Amino acid sequence: MARYIIRRLLQMVVTFIGTTFVVYALMFANQNDPLQALAGDRPVSDNVRQVLTEQYHLNEPFLVQYGYYMQGLLTGDLGRTLTGRPIGDVMSDAWPNTIKLALLALFFATLFGITAGLVAGLRRGSIFDNTTLALTLVVVGLPIIVLAPIAQLVFGVKLGWFPTTAGARPSLYGLILPALVLGAASTATMMRLTRASVAENVRADYVRTARAKGLSARRVVAVHVLRNSLIPVITLIGVDLGTLMAGAIVTEGVFNIPGVGSKLLLGIQTEDGPLVVGFVSVLVIVFLVTNLLVDLLYAVLDPRIRYE
Amino acid sequence: MTYQYPSHGQGQGYGQGSGQGQSYGHGYPDSPTAPVVAGWNDDRTGWDTPTAAWSTPPTRARVERPRSGEHLLDVRDLWIEFATRDGVARVVNGVSFHVDPGETLAILGESGSGKSVTAQAVLGILDTPPAVVRSGQALFSGEDLLTMTPERRRQVRGQEIAMVFQDALSALNPVYPVGWQITEALRSRRGVSKAEARRRAVEMMDLVQIPAAAQRIDDYPHQFSGGMRQRVMIAMALAMRPKVLIADEPTTALDVTVQAQIMDLLATLRAELEMALILITHDLGVVADVADRITVMYAGRVVEHADVHTLYGAPAHPYTRGLLASVPRLERRGQGLHSISGTPPNPVAIPAGCAFHPRCPYAQQMCRMTEPTLLRIGRLDRASACHFPPEALDARHA
Repeated sequence: MARYIIRRLLQMVVTFIGTTFVVYALMFANQNDPLQALAGDRPVSDNVRQVLTEQYHLNEPFLVQYGYYMQGLLTGDLGRTLTGRPIGDVMSDAWPNTIKLALLALFFATLFGITAGLVAGLRRGSIFDNTTLALTLVVVGLPIIVLAPIAQLVFGVKLGWFPTTAGARPSLYGLILPALVLGAASTATMMRLTRASVAENVRADYVRTARAKGLSARRVVAVHVLRNSLIPVITLIGVDLGTLMAGAIVTEGVFNIPGVGSKLLLGIQTEDGPLVVGFVSVLVIVFLVTNLLVDLLYAVLDPRIRYE
Repeated sequence: MTYQYPSHGQGQGYGQGSGQGQSYGHGYPDSPTAPVVAGWNDDRTGWDTPTAAWSTPPTRARVERPRSGEHLLDVRDLWIEFATRDGVARVVNGVSFHVDPGETLAILGESGSGKSVTAQAVLGILDTPPAVVRSGQALFSGEDLLTMTPERRRQVRGQEIAMVFQDALSALNPVYPVGWQITEALRSRRGVSKAEARRRAVEMMDLVQIPAAAQRIDDYPHQFSGGMRQRVMIAMALAMRPKVLIADEPTTALDVTVQAQIMDLLATLRAELEMALILITHDLGVVADVADRITVMYAGRVVEHADVHTLYGAPAHPYTRGLLASVPRLERRGQGLHSISGTPPNPVAIPAGCAFHPRCPYAQQMCRMTEPTLLRIGRLDRASACHFPPEALDARHA
C-alpha cells in the first residue's frame, strides 16, 4: 500500500511537471508582447520596458524562463500578475469560493443523483424511472451556458427564491443556485450510473442470499445493494470533483462569483501568463490528488482490489 | 394431478424407526449384478450399484416422526408460472414433497426442471413478478408459508428454513468479511453483540471445518478456495440453527474431490443438528450416499419418488431409468456414454400428455394423449408418474 502511494506520488510529480510545461509553453511561447498587452493602447517607455523585461526574464530563452518559473513555484512563490498583484493573494481570494461552490455542487449531485438513482434502479420501468430518464437526458443535453441563465432568470429573477448573483463575498445561500446549475450534469450522470449499478446488483446472487437470511428489505437494500452499487459511483464523484472545480468558468461568470473560473477567464483574456499557469498548476494538483484519493477509496470499498 | 400420500401406519415404510436398514430395497435384490434396469442398456447388463455405500444403508439419525402425521415441511400440489414474452411458462406443475427432521430428501432433475424455483418459492425469495404461485400449499409445522403475512414469512426465512446456494463466490457479498456475513442475521435479527457475534462466527466456521477459523474470520470471500467458500455458505445458513436446510446444487461449482467433502459435511451436520435437508441437484452421484429419499422432477412435475435404494436399484419411471443409464461407469469403458435423446421441453410449450413422451423409448399413443398421474407403487413410500408400471416396462424389453 505504502509502496503504491509512493509510486503514485512520483508519477504525480512527472505529470505535474509535464502539464505545467505544456501550459507554460502555450501561454508564453506564443504571445506577441505581454508588456504591450498589459499597457493596452498607451505606449510603453523604454525604461519601463527594460525593467519589466528583466523582472519577468522576457529576453531569456523560453526554457530558462520556465526554469525560473518552476524555481519560484517550488519555493512557494507563484509570482505576480502582470498588474503586479501577488498571485498567491489572488488565489487565496478565489479558491475558497470555488471550493465551496464545487463541494456544494458535489453534495447536491451526490444527494439527488444517488437517491433518485437508487429509487429508479429498484423500481425499473416505473413512472419515476421513466420521468427521471427523460429529465436526465434534457439536463445532459443542455449546455451549462444555456442552463445557467435560465435558472438565473426563473429562480432568481421571476420567482426570487435565490439571489441572482453571488457578489464579491458569496454567502452559502447565494451559492446554492449556482451549485445546483453546476452540479446538474453531474447529478444526471450520477443518477444514471447509480440506477444501472443498482439494477444490476438487485439481481446479484448475494442479494438473494441476503434475502434468504431473512433480513429486512431496508437492510438488504442499504447494506447489500447500495453498498456494492456505490463502488463505481465513487469513481465518478472523484472525477467530477476535479471537473466541477475546473469547469466552473461559465457558472462563475454567469452568477458573478469571484472564483478560480472567473480569474482564469480574466487571465486568458488579458494574456496574463503567470496567472493562468499558476491557477492551472493548482488545478492539476487538485485533479491528481482527488484521483489518488479515489483510487485509494476504491480499495477500501472493494476489498478485492489491492494495491501492491 | 394427484399425489397419493402413503399412510404412515405401515411398519414397512421408511422412517418408522423400526428395523433400520430392513426397509431399504425391500423386495429388491441387493446383488450388485442384478439386472434391474431394462430398456436403456441393450447389452442387458443393467444398473448395478457402483459404490459400496449404496448397498449398505448409511447410519441415520433416528428421529421420531410427529405423531399427528404432520411433516416438518410439506409441500402440496405447488403450481408456479412465469409470465414471459413468449407466453406463460409453466415451471412448476403440481409438485408435492415432504421432509422430516433428520431426513435428507434429494430433488433431482435437469436444469429447467423447476427444482430451484420450487425451493425459492418455499423460502419465499422468488421474484414475483415475473413468477406467480398459482396454487398449492407449503406447510411448515402445519403453517402455510404461501399464505402467511410477509413479516411472519421473513421470520421463518433464514431462521427456520435456510438455504445454501450453488456458486458461493457470487452468493457471498464480495465486500464484507466472511465472519461478518455468517453472523449478519444474528446481529441484525437477534441483536447479538459484536463480540458475541465474533465468537459465534468462529464457532460456526469450526463447525463446518474451516481450518484456522479464528484467523480467517476477517478474510473476504475471494480469499478462500471454492470448497472453503461453500463451507462459509453452509456456516452462514446454519448460523440461525434452522430446522430445514435447502441446499441448491451445493457442489456444482466444485471439483469432484471437494464435492465429496461438502456432501459429507452436509450429511454430518444434518445428523448432528437433526435438521431436515433438502438437496437439490442434477447429479445422481452426489445424492447417492447422502439422500434418504429422492424426488425426480421433469418439466416441473414430480415423475418419480422413492427411497434412495429403491430408486437406484429399481427405477420405475423411464426418465429415471434414462438418468441412471447416463451415469458414466468404469466397467463400461470405451462403449460411449449413454444419453437421453432430445432436450427438456420449453416450459412455455410443454408437450401434451406425458411431458417426457417425445424422449421416451417406451412411449405409446396414450402417452401422447393423457398425462399420467403420480401413482403409488407397492407398499413403500414410492410413486411414479408413468402409465406403465415398472414390470410392464421391464417386460417390453425382455
